[in-house]
Amino acid sequence: MNTAANVQTEVQKEESMLLQKAMISANFDALATAHEDGKKISSTFVPGNLNELLMCFDLVRNLPEINALQSAMRKQTAGYIMEAERSGHSEDVCSYVKSDLGMMAKGQIGPTGKPLPTPDVLLLSYTGCFTFMKWFELVRDQYDCETAMLHVPYQADGEITDNMRDFVVMQLKEQIIPTLERVTGVKFDIDRLRENLKESAKAEEDLVWVLQAAKNRPSPIDAYFGGIYYCGPIFSAFRGSKEATAYYAALRREVAERIEQGLGPITPEGVLDEERIRLVVEGPPNWTHFRDFWKMFYDEGAVVVASSYTKVGGVYDFGFRHDPGNPLETLAEYCLGCYTNRSLPARVDMLCNYMDEYSADGFLVNSIKSCNSFSAGQLLMLREIEERTGKPAGFIETDLVDPRYFSPANVKNRLESYFQMIEQKKAHGERTAA
Amino acid sequence: MKSFIGIDLGSTTTKAIVLDSEKTVLGRGITNSRSNYAIAAEVAKQEAFLDARFFLFRKLLQDIPALQDQRHDFLSNFEQDFRLEQYYEQLGELGRVCVEGCGDDRLGKDAAETRALLEAVFRQLHDEAPGLFEPGSSRKSDFFRDIAGSQYSSAAEKIASDSTISFDAMLNVFDRSIIEVENLVTDSNDDEAKFMHALERSCARSSNYQDVLEQLHAPLKAVLDTELEETYVIGTGYGRATLPFSKEHIRSEILCHGLGAHIMYPETATVLDIGGQDTKAIQVDPTGIVESFQMNDRCAAGCGRYLGYIADEMNLGLHELGPMAMQSKRKVRINSTCTVFAGAELRDRLSMGEKREDIVAGLHRAIILRAMSILSRSGGIRDQFTFTGGVAKNEAAVVVLRELAFENYGAMTMNVNPDSIFTGALGAATFARRAVVH
Repeated sequence: MNTAANVQTEVQKEESMLLQKAMISANFDALATAHEDGKKISSTFVPGNLNELLMCFDLVRNLPEINALQSAMRKQTAGYIMEAERSGHSEDVCSYVKSDLGMMAKGQIGPTGKPLPTPDVLLLSYTGCFTFMKWFELVRDQYDCETAMLHVPYQADGEITDNMRDFVVMQLKEQIIPTLERVTGVKFDIDRLRENLKESAKAEEDLVWVLQAAKNRPSPIDAYFGGIYYCGPIFSAFRGSKEATAYYAALRREVAERIEQGLGPITPEGVLDEERIRLVVEGPPNWTHFRDFWKMFYDEGAVVVASSYTKVGGVYDFGFRHDPGNPLETLAEYCLGCYTNRSLPARVDMLCNYMDEYSADGFLVNSIKSCNSFSAGQLLMLREIEERTGKPAGFIETDLVDPRYFSPANVKNRLESYFQMIEQKKAHGERTAA
Repeated sequence: MKSFIGIDLGSTTTKAIVLDSEKTVLGRGITNSRSNYAIAAEVAKQEAFLDARFFLFRKLLQDIPALQDQRHDFLSNFEQDFRLEQYYEQLGELGRVCVEGCGDDRLGKDAAETRALLEAVFRQLHDEAPGLFEPGSSRKSDFFRDIAGSQYSSAAEKIASDSTISFDAMLNVFDRSIIEVENLVTDSNDDEAKFMHALERSCARSSNYQDVLEQLHAPLKAVLDTELEETYVIGTGYGRATLPFSKEHIRSEILCHGLGAHIMYPETATVLDIGGQDTKAIQVDPTGIVESFQMNDRCAAGCGRYLGYIADEMNLGLHELGPMAMQSKRKVRINSTCTVFAGAELRDRLSMGEKREDIVAGLHRAIILRAMSILSRSGGIRDQFTFTGGVAKNEAAVVVLRELAFENYGAMTMNVNPDSIFTGALGAATFARRAVVH
């Protein structure tokens, strides 16, 4: 163990973690009573979510992947998945989908134990994950509710053209906004959207600062396990809200203090006092054994300094910010620039850039057993990144929210082997240099 | 004398290697992993140290001209006679534990009769023992559990048939007792007596040997008196986390197999290791440092246990599968690498009248195809290619692997060492030596 707080048994959390936990919990409360409070509910996915726009219609925002991962962290998904399989969904279907469908079948109780009422509108902003489309087809079939779909062209050539942007803006004007007006009875107010976007840009600025703080040695944050907490508000129902802005300002202050004190990241067992390995990680974490999975890293002094998963809700570290001056165009650009909407070469470039900018020692892929869209091509990415950076790459497989596909002994064995391989290569490199 | 020990705790067997400061392999030890990894590690280490004594003795025998051409045969007999001494010791323990177990309440009125039968069985086992360790004799396994289990089973079946005690009841006694005996670590202070008894036994085999007995005592004593200091130990393998070692004494089996293969064959670029529950494809650089690796994920389909299961299904010894597959004249395609499904496929093929050797050859091909997929994910096969692990001892697996490797990656040098099962332990021992010597 490399943590300073071996003897502590209580899980250590940063203040910002508690703050965002309270925010997410409050959103589940708001969802539970939305209809009683005279409000409408939207369901939408994290990548390409149009939160600022949805807020203009006073919609309470529900995000099914967040529900699934929150349920997984509370050990609820095994039952949901079994329920979905009982109704005919095969073992290989995305476990987020099965968790959501199972949760619906078991009475629509959300992760915090509060009811999750039927949504009034499904807003699908299609940004590269084909499964999302089929998922909402199933949900629509179940709830018989209004659906709005935004077709976002895939960035196959690694760039956003005017045509692509115009196409998205046209749909926003002609399809999405009218549908949301009809469902909610609220007239669209573009100035309200501008105000929300101003808040988004502030929060994004602070988030990028926080994530880039991992360029320090030691890194004051873990940009994967900790990064997931940091991204919670901006990826879910809060981007564009004043609460999110306040959260990211507080988080930035907290991280700045850590840098000043030369501290490493906070883990559930205390401050990591020795950063031995710096990693870039591709792929989501496993949610059912999140803490066990994290422990496998911090026990070995491995810190994730950059990850692609903390970019699935928006890629901000290459300069993009929501622009209140061009509200609909900026929403279009946001959707087009999502990590999931980028081509494999663009993702490889991005990850190679992280390897270099964050002085990483290795690149690790956590491939998701039930995610066919994003597992395809991951080995190619790994080889390419390995070749371009000359740094050791590792590959493990787990799952999002299906506990049956997390084999702790195997994952630990592979990770330990990988970390030792990195250290062996580092030691050899140092000897050769000397 | 400084010695550096590597221990590889596999799911099926535990291996140990003892190196000296000059990187010479002094001894190798192997045992079944049983349910207790700490004991398995201790036993494997003891075995490796015993082997080291034989190695040192072999060197000293070169100075005894009287043995000349008979040195090899003599040493072979001597080692077998020593194994016989070990077998007697463990057999004595097993008999004691079995008989003591009959005193409990579980057997009730059958206790006395069971005890009598057990005494008869163990008398027979004792009498049969020398035949098992005769020069040229073959055993299905070198592990006490397997040898004693097989002998006990046939003796008990015969002896119990004339009594009111069932064969199953006799087997129950064995099953309960073998675990206790297997988990006893013998006192290495008794080794000297076993060596001396073995020496006398070997020399009694021929008048030539009897003539040199006196000349052999001193070198053997010198070897036994040589202190083999456990300078540094490194543990590896699946059970490494359970070893009572601190973190710096533990290395991943990937690193150990990579380095071990490099030590055995310095030109190694790609390593394939098929063990009991893991298949690993490892790419190493010219100094033996691991560059990348891939392992089987989520399930152990297509690993060594697959062959073990098939051997059980066919009522064969594991070592009999390879030779049987080599008899095949016709290819039977087995699709499943899932162990349980392959068992079903095997029965189905048998019922369709396919020949056993053809089916077994198909099963070997299935396991190697799975390994080829892991190899390709690790970056393919590069020259030289070294095959390690327990399955590398299986000739049929080697033949299929060579064929598929050449077919997919072109001609190359493929290395298979007779001691390939010790590759991980050799890597670990090398790490142990480097920890001190560097």
